Amino acid sequence: MPRPLIQLEDIRRTFHVGDIDVPVLRGITLCIERGEMVALTGPSGSGKTTLMNTLGCLDRPTSGSYWLDDEEITRLTKDGRARVRNRKIGFVFQSFNLLPRTTALEQVMMPLSYTASGITDREARRRAEDLLVMVGLSERMDHTPSQLSGGQQQRVAIARALVNRPPVLFADEPTGNLDSRTTLEVLAMLQRVNAEEGITIIVVTHDPVVAGHTRRNIRLRDGLVESDTAQTPLLAGVAAAAPAPEEAAA
Amino acid sequence: MTFAKTLRTALRALRRNITRSALTVLGIVIGIAAVIAMMEIGKGSSGAIAKTISSMGANNLLVLPGAAASGGVSFGGGSTLTLTAEDCDAILRECPAVKAAAPLVRARTQVIYKERNWVPQSIVGSTPAYLEVRDWSNLTEGEMFSAADVRNASRVCLVGQTIVRELFQGRSPVGEEIRLQSVGFRVVGVLSQKGANAFGQDQDDLVLAPWTTIKYRVSGSSGSGAAAGGSASASSTSNSVFPGAPSVFPATSAAQALDKPMPVRFANVDQILVAAASSPEIRSAMAQITDLLRERHRARPGEPEDFSLRDMTETANALSSTTTMMTNLLLAVALISLVVGGVGIMNIMLVSVTERTREIGLRMAVGARARDILLQFLTEATVLCLLGGLLGLSLGRGAAIIVKQLLRWPVEASLEAVIASIAVSAAVGIVFGFYPAWKASRLDPIEALRYE
Repeated sequence: MPRPLIQLEDIRRTFHVGDIDVPVLRGITLCIERGEMVALTGPSGSGKTTLMNTLGCLDRPTSGSYWLDDEEITRLTKDGRARVRNRKIGFVFQSFNLLPRTTALEQVMMPLSYTASGITDREARRRAEDLLVMVGLSERMDHTPSQLSGGQQQRVAIARALVNRPPVLFADEPTGNLDSRTTLEVLAMLQRVNAEEGITIIVVTHDPVVAGHTRRNIRLRDGLVESDTAQTPLLAGVAAAAPAPEEAAA
Repeated sequence: MTFAKTLRTALRALRRNITRSALTVLGIVIGIAAVIAMMEIGKGSSGAIAKTISSMGANNLLVLPGAAASGGVSFGGGSTLTLTAEDCDAILRECPAVKAAAPLVRARTQVIYKERNWVPQSIVGSTPAYLEVRDWSNLTEGEMFSAADVRNASRVCLVGQTIVRELFQGRSPVGEEIRLQSVGFRVVGVLSQKGANAFGQDQDDLVLAPWTTIKYRVSGSSGSGAAAGGSASASSTSNSVFPGAPSVFPATSAAQALDKPMPVRFANVDQILVAAASSPEIRSAMAQITDLLRERHRARPGEPEDFSLRDMTETANALSSTTTMMTNLLLAVALISLVVGGVGIMNIMLVSVTERTREIGLRMAVGARARDILLQFLTEATVLCLLGGLLGLSLGRGAAIIVKQLLRWPVEASLEAVIASIAVSAAVGIVFGFYPAWKASRLDPIEALRYE
């Protein structure tokens, strides 16, 4: 039987604050299959951000093993993790993290410049344009973040996360800075990416509405998995799923 | 990440913050501009100083005949008559390190103009090249005598300022006739003021005439009575007296020439004054002249030379120490200003790293390795410094040109300064960009992403 896309076994993470050890993750074991859309929820301090950093290969667990796409991550060096982040993981952040004064097209192309296997400029440009068309920003490729609304910025970030065709996309509070209407817009986008491209999506959130749009909800509490339930996802609405490109900038 | 991509990313990042980039690089721009302007002005002035000093004779070499000896008794330097005007021509023709050469014949006698008389410090017979050798080309009045005057032993002369004062009481002497030992000379020109030389000798107390005239008509003291009157046939080796005239004797082969003893030279000159092409070439000029004259005078290997060579070591040393000091001074000032500029770059790059912490975190999150970040910031600093260097270069050149136009200072473009300033600005970028870049590459992506 093939290994699932993500397999965690007894992941522990302890931070050292002065002389005190603070255990944040206290033995997490779970599997996530390809094509799933999962919400990672829990009260603040439950360890969901730390788990997300571990899953995203930004952090290294104190102990335990983590398999991502048939690769044991905990044994990798710093550069090895950088390569995995580049090839297998896309990130979407709460605060968008777009480069200032850089056009949407360049933002989306940026991760490709760190890809070891040479991608020609033309190929990179074509991919970025396709993705921007997919997220409904075909008219705004030359706009800089200050010329885009919050929802548009987050859609640029989603396009950037997908440019290297990763099997998994992590979204850390992707709607935390958005109003309820654009929240639905972004959620619809994520659902579409999950359904049409088959990309596994893991959303960290404390917002029950966001969590309700996924098919599986993993709840953490005090560094342990409290519950892991399958659910019928809410649909983010057809109108929001195809946002009008001429939507006014915020 | 390939170099081209790194470069493009760096350029894009610099353009994103164009005002700050410009202000950051200002230190380097001013530093390089100052260096270039000072190098050009400095080089110009030291060139002018070198010219002044070499007009004092720093580049001059003096070829003297050797000492005659009889029965172990030396008669001292200059007692043989081995140098000829042809030696002088050959030196000029065959020694590449020689700029000009002039034969010298000296005399000391009374000069009479109407009812006044005067004994000049020096009465010199030479060729038109004398002025070039002495770096004395601008005449106050009249013109130099010609090569034809030398061939014909014409009775023409130039006089120095002291002569003008003493004999002519300041009136124009051109066209007047003066007498040296009852030989009348027409004054054709007046030399410009040169003043005293390093030993307090008045250089303007001079009468300059063709060497043939002085030798055959005035001094007559060098045992060349047979040649007096300018009879060319008496001159055994001089064909240049009548150029184009058919040779009376059949041409001798080299072997014949070597076997033949040197004839007595009636057309000898007292000294040959040589100007080296530049002060560093004095040594090679001396070597070339020695080789040439040994060959011409048929000195066998091991045999002592029948001539001696003198250079003006003291003045030459003064010249080179002046230039060295000037260059070192400029270099010190340049280094200080570039270090100051570099510290400015480092400062702003550190600020920039702090300000762009989130960008660094994001780049790391999407797969940039520590090395990629290091290279990116290092490239940014280096590109910034190089651009600053280029800008400074053009500003410095502009400043030098303005100085030349407005202040009439001598200015000389310096390729070394251009190359050095480009290299130095790149080096400043690498050295002072490294610490901020290293700091950036050591950031933890999680903390960098959360940085506010």
